[in-house]
Amino acid sequence: MKKRKARLVQGNRACAEGALAAGVRFFAGYPITPSTEIAEIMSEELPKLGGKFIQMEDEIGGMTCILGAALTGKKVLTASSGPGISLKQEAIGYAALAEIPCVIVNVQRLGPSTGGPTSTAQGDIMQARWGTHGDHPIIALCPSSVYECFTLTVTAVNYAEKYRTPVYVLLDEIIGHMREKVEFPDISELEIIDRKRPDCPPVDYLPYKIDKTLIPAMADFGTGYKWHVTGLMHDETGFPTGKPEIIDAQLKRLMNKIEKYEDEILLWEDIETDDAEILIVAYGSTARSAVEAVENLRTEGIKVGLFRPITIWPFPEKALRSKLENVKHIIVPEMNYGQLSLEVERVCKDKAPVSGLYKVNSLPLSPNEVMAKVREVL
Amino acid sequence: MRPDLQHLFRMEKLPHIWCPGCGHGIITRAIAEAINESGIDLDKTVIVSGIGCSSRAPGYMNFDTLHTLHGRALAFATGVKLANPELNVFVITGDGDATAIGGNHFIHAARRNIDLTVILFNNNIYGMTGGQYSPLTPTGKMAATSPYGNPENNFDVAALAIAAGASFVARGTAFHDKLLVNSIKEGIKNKGFSLIEALSMCPTSYGRRNKMGSAADMIKHLKDNAVNVVTAQKLPPEKLEGKFLIGTLHYKPYREFTEEYDKLIARVQKEGK
Amino acid sequence: MADKPLDIDQKSCKGCGICYSLCPKKAITGDIRGKVVLSAPDLCSRCGICESHCPDYAIFVRREKK
Repeated sequence: MKKRKARLVQGNRACAEGALAAGVRFFAGYPITPSTEIAEIMSEELPKLGGKFIQMEDEIGGMTCILGAALTGKKVLTASSGPGISLKQEAIGYAALAEIPCVIVNVQRLGPSTGGPTSTAQGDIMQARWGTHGDHPIIALCPSSVYECFTLTVTAVNYAEKYRTPVYVLLDEIIGHMREKVEFPDISELEIIDRKRPDCPPVDYLPYKIDKTLIPAMADFGTGYKWHVTGLMHDETGFPTGKPEIIDAQLKRLMNKIEKYEDEILLWEDIETDDAEILIVAYGSTARSAVEAVENLRTEGIKVGLFRPITIWPFPEKALRSKLENVKHIIVPEMNYGQLSLEVERVCKDKAPVSGLYKVNSLPLSPNEVMAKVREVL
Repeated sequence: MRPDLQHLFRMEKLPHIWCPGCGHGIITRAIAEAINESGIDLDKTVIVSGIGCSSRAPGYMNFDTLHTLHGRALAFATGVKLANPELNVFVITGDGDATAIGGNHFIHAARRNIDLTVILFNNNIYGMTGGQYSPLTPTGKMAATSPYGNPENNFDVAALAIAAGASFVARGTAFHDKLLVNSIKEGIKNKGFSLIEALSMCPTSYGRRNKMGSAADMIKHLKDNAVNVVTAQKLPPEKLEGKFLIGTLHYKPYREFTEEYDKLIARVQKEGK
Repeated sequence: MADKPLDIDQKSCKGCGICYSLCPKKAITGDIRGKVVLSAPDLCSRCGICESHCPDYAIFVRREKK
C-alpha cells in the first residue's frame, strides 16, 4: 500500500482534488471570490489528466457549458459563489428537468447582492433548495472540514451520476479558505459511480423512461442514440409534450427519484445526543463552533448534543426526529437570519421549541456565542 | 420531403410548428442538404439551439439534438465541442437568441474561433413571443414593442462576428437556397467558428406590421435586394444602396480553440508545463 | 399520369403561396384555400424551385434517374 503523507490543504483545493478523484474531467466557470481557487486548481490539474478546463465569459456560460460537456459523457464540475450562483439558477433548473448530472460547488459568501466577497455566510441554504423556478428535487451536501470537502465532493459526483441530477456542494467561506492537516483516501479506496448508459438499440431508447428505478439511462452524445434534450416538458422520448397526464407522470418521477433513494442519500452525524436535553442543529463551519460548545458545556454537566446534517437537501428529518427523545429545546445557530431553522421547526415543532441563533455580520459564530445561547434556554 | 433527405429528419415530428410562409423550413432543409452533401458522420453530429422559432428546428432533425435555454446555445455547444472535439457541432439560433440575450456568448465563441457551424436564422423579429423588435430589426421598422418605428440602431451581425474573430462568415437567404447550402458546406469545412447568417422571413409578425405583403412577396424582396459579394465588387456604391450582400463575406482560417487545447494537453503531459 | 412531374403532399401544405408565385412556368397554382395544386403538369420543367422553396416540405419533384 502506498505510503501517504499528511498535507496542509485548503478546503477549496480539497474540493478540486475530490472532484478529480471522482473522475471529473471537465470544468467550466468564471472567476469569483471566494471560490476561485477551485477554478485555478482545475485549470492546472485537468490537462495533466487529459481533461478540459475553460474559463467562460460569464457565470451562465460556466453552468451551461458543463451541461453540454456532461451530455458527451463527461463528469463535470463548476464552482462559484453568491452573485455567480444566482446567475446560474436558470441553468440549474434546466439540469434538473433535463436530468443532466453535474456538480456545483457554492462557496457561500455574505449576501444579498455583492455583499461581502471575502466574508463568510450560510445564506444560500434556501437558494440551493428553491433558487430556480418550478418544483424540482435537488441534493445539497455541506462539509464541515477540509477532509469532508474532499470526500463529499466525491459523493456529490457519485450522486449526480447515479441519480441524473444536479448536486450542490455547499461550502462557506471559512470552510473554503480554511487549511487543515489531512490525509485523503487513495483513489483505489473510493467507490466511484458512473451513470447508467443504455444497453438497448437506439430505436428502443427512452431517455426519460418511467420504470421502477425512476432513473433513466443516459446515452452519450455521439454514440448513435440520436436523442433530443429540451428544457420543455417532455415525454419518455424526450420530445416536448403538452399533455397534462404525461407532464404529471414525468414530474412525479422527477420528484420521487430522489425521495425513493433518500436512505442512501441522507448523511448526518450526531454527537452526545443519547441523553441530550438541549440539541444543537448546526452545519458547515458553524458546526465546528457547536462541537466545541457541546464539549465545554458537557464538562459543566449540561446535557447538550449536536445533530449535524451533512446532506442538507433533502433534509434528514427522520434521523433528526429519532434524536429527540429527551430533548426539551432545540437551538439552530446559522450565519443567516433563519433558513435551516425553518426546516428544523417544521420537523420538530411538536416535540420541542426551536430557537435560532443568527449572525449575519461577516464574522463567524463563535463557540462562546453558542454556549451563551444554550445557557439562555436552560 | 425529398427521399434523399428523409433520413436526416424525424419525419414523424413533421409538419413543423412554423407559420405558413415562414422561411425557417427552407433554411432547415438547406442545413440538412449541406450535411448530406458534406458526408460527415451523422452519428457524430450534434445540433444545439437556444429558444425561439429558429431553435425549434433541431427537434425535427435526426441527430443528437439539444434544445437549450434562451441565448445559451453557444455556451452549451462550447461544452459539447470542447468535451468531445470529434463531434461535428452545429448551432441553430435566431437574431434575438444570438445577438441580444446571447450576445456575450456569441462574441466570445467567435473570439475563441471554436469549431462550431452556426446558422443564424435572421427574421428580424422575436417571432415566438409575438413580434417584438430584436437587435437585428432595422432602425425605423415596426414591431410589437416599437409601435412608432424602431428607435434603436441595429447590428450588422456578420460584421460583428468578423470583428469578434470568426474565421468564416457568410450570408444567404431563404430564396438563395443553393448559395445557402454551399455556404453551410463551407462553414462545415472550415475548422473554426463559422457564422452563416440566413435571412428568413416572418410574414406573421414582421411582414404584416411593415406592410411587406405576403410570404411570396417577402421572399421576392430577398431575391430582389440581395447582391452577390463577387458581383458587388464591380458595382458602383450607388447601385448597392438599400441592398445587402450575400455569399462568403470573410474567410480567414487561424488557430482553433479545441485543437489548441489538445496541443496544450499534449505539451503538459509531455513536459509538465 | 405516368410522367407526373411532381408530387404534392396536401396535408403538409400550409398554403403560403411561395411555390406558385415563384414557379417560372405557371405549372402550379393555389386552390381556394391557397394550397398548391398541379394545374398544368405539361408546363412543368421540373426545375425544382417550388420544392426547394417550400417551407413545409410538401412538394417533391420526380427527377429522371441518372
